[in-house]
Amino acid sequence: MHQFLFFVRKEFYHLWRDRQTLLILIGMPLMQILIFGFALTNEVKNSRIAILDNSKDEMTQAITQQLEASRYFEIVELIPSGEQLEASFRSGKIKLAVVFPPKVQEDLAHTNTSAIQLIGDATDPNTSNTLINYASAVIQDYQNGRRGELDIPLVIQTEMRMLYNPQLKGSYNFVPGVMAMVLMLVCAMMTSISIVKEKELGTMEVILVSPIIPLRVILAKLVPYFLLSIVNIGSILLLSVFVLDVPIQGSLVLLILECMLFTTTSLMLGLLISSIATSQQVAMLVSLMGLFLPTVLLSGFMFPIENMPLPLRVISNIVPAKWFYIIVKNVMIKGLGMEHVWKPTLILAGMTLFFMAVSIKKFKTRLE
Amino acid sequence: MRALRILLEKEFRQIFRNPAILRIMFMVPTIQLLIMPLAADYEVKNVNICVVDYDRSPASSRLIHKITATDYFTLVDFTDSYDQALTRLEDDEADLVLQIAPGFEKNLVRENKATVFLAINAINGVKANMGGAYLRSVIGDFNQDIRMEWRTTSPPVQQPVVSITSANWFNPLMNYRFFMVPGILVILVTMVGAFLSALNIVKEKEVGTLEQINVTPIRKHQFILGKLIPFWILGLIVLTIGLTIARLVYGIVPTGSLMTIYVFAAVFLIAVLGMGLLVSTFANTQQQAMLLSFFLMMIFILLGGLFTSIDSMPTWAQVFAAINPVSHFIEVMRMVVLKGSNLYDIRHHFFSVLAFGAVSNGLAVWNYRKRS
Repeated sequence: MHQFLFFVRKEFYHLWRDRQTLLILIGMPLMQILIFGFALTNEVKNSRIAILDNSKDEMTQAITQQLEASRYFEIVELIPSGEQLEASFRSGKIKLAVVFPPKVQEDLAHTNTSAIQLIGDATDPNTSNTLINYASAVIQDYQNGRRGELDIPLVIQTEMRMLYNPQLKGSYNFVPGVMAMVLMLVCAMMTSISIVKEKELGTMEVILVSPIIPLRVILAKLVPYFLLSIVNIGSILLLSVFVLDVPIQGSLVLLILECMLFTTTSLMLGLLISSIATSQQVAMLVSLMGLFLPTVLLSGFMFPIENMPLPLRVISNIVPAKWFYIIVKNVMIKGLGMEHVWKPTLILAGMTLFFMAVSIKKFKTRLE
Repeated sequence: MRALRILLEKEFRQIFRNPAILRIMFMVPTIQLLIMPLAADYEVKNVNICVVDYDRSPASSRLIHKITATDYFTLVDFTDSYDQALTRLEDDEADLVLQIAPGFEKNLVRENKATVFLAINAINGVKANMGGAYLRSVIGDFNQDIRMEWRTTSPPVQQPVVSITSANWFNPLMNYRFFMVPGILVILVTMVGAFLSALNIVKEKEVGTLEQINVTPIRKHQFILGKLIPFWILGLIVLTIGLTIARLVYGIVPTGSLMTIYVFAAVFLIAVLGMGLLVSTFANTQQQAMLLSFFLMMIFILLGGLFTSIDSMPTWAQVFAAINPVSHFIEVMRMVVLKGSNLYDIRHHFFSVLAFGAVSNGLAVWNYRKRS
């Protein structure tokens, strides 16, 4: 035990001495949370639009004003002719154009109908869709207001409630994902690199020929990263609660226990990688390609899994981060208890045991 | 000139001798381009719906039928209890719950008014928003239908109606991949430029060969050019591979000219190479270089508008995006590939990136010292 503690201390020195790395390891999660929380919203606002008004009557001006007043739009251009429309789209100045045909008001008075055209820049399909929906709603509102409270028969009203995330904030989705990403990065990648570094530099040889039990050396390597992860989890949770206003709905104890479980999973993965890799670059590559990319792509926090083709959906099941993401989402955002997360927890625990068994076995064979 | 040529020869030999680097060079772009667009599909489809029908009237079942007839919604459960439906929502089996209260049809006939209730899982805000809006429009259509049918006795009041038509330009089929693939191409080029160049220089530092170069009469600018030119060429090669894959696999043929893309990419690469060089002057070990460039790349890419629109970001992020070369290149790629923009259309982006390149390279050269 005494010997073990010595090694733990040695590892802490290693970590502590490289201030730059330590700073990044602690600063990165904070940056990520802030970026994700504040900058990455799928919400549409202040979109630049153009108006092509061929009619220029009272009505089109009123609609233009209402569009201007809406917080979704910002009218940046009044286009005089149809030819200029494409040029404006091509230069990327506008995302939506509202085209009024000639004589809107007159047509409406005589024939009871007129058509307004909305043209969206579908380079980004979702934004285009959303903008067209919003602009239609503004025009529709204008019409309803104009029509007044005419007695409309047979109305079906829709009452909508947004559960869990009433303000539709992106951070509710991102916070659990960033936690998974950071833990993967800190635990798996950094551990594997630091073990392989000793191999590369030759100090591992020295340790292995000494009378110290090798497994202990390795376990001592894991301790600082485990603690670092706990610090990271703490700072992420504090930031998300106090700065981003993402509340922890469920039990904090359960959440922290689950985080520790996932930290262990990642550490075991790092150990596994270090037993395969021979150089730092290889360890980096394997952890980037084999761990980090799948975590970002297939855990479901950035990209919806249900939209993926079948092979990817199947593969996503062996990505530990996917299960962790489900657990954190359920406990933290939805406020559910153990009875809803026991399944992913068991899967995660099983994976951890599996990785542990494999890496210990690998480790022993290498010693012989 | 001769010294530079020899340095370049050395760099290329090193690159081609190291299978790991070559593997990153060719595998990563291919794999990313093959997998990422498949995974990064934000198109909202397959919304799972759970219906709680307390009314069980002809009208309610007709509404449900109308909803399930669209290929947008999948009915996962049809129950009598709201609690059971909520469990479905909690377990992520359903995205939204539609509750039709008892007396729906009766209220509609007698009081001319009825309410349906929608509960939406809003953790994924986009999906919640779009799913809710779409369901509302289906309900609105249904409303219109029954209004026409049930009110045959009294003639409908003639109301002036402005109809709204919409068109989706540049991507009429609303293919999400057309949006993602050009953006991912930018990421690949950035990776080669910023990541690999930084790692390459720091490796020489770590291994100690940089010392050896430093004691030779090679000039500072020669050494830097010798490091930058190979990665500049590799970046353009990766771009070519990417464009080829985009064409063969996704059928994306740039509407604009390839020349525009390459001219911009050439300048863009100078800018990110400067960034990689700057990182390498700060880092002493490969681990540090990797972390540092990873950290920077993440910020540049995430704030570059690959996934979310820059317009809806807060002001500070928009200011950053105006400096960020990655956001300019992503924008330019989409403009040229989908809209066919020409060099004149993208001139602002061009000059911003040029300025960034001048500053980053200047800083890197200034910060690079021959003595350690």
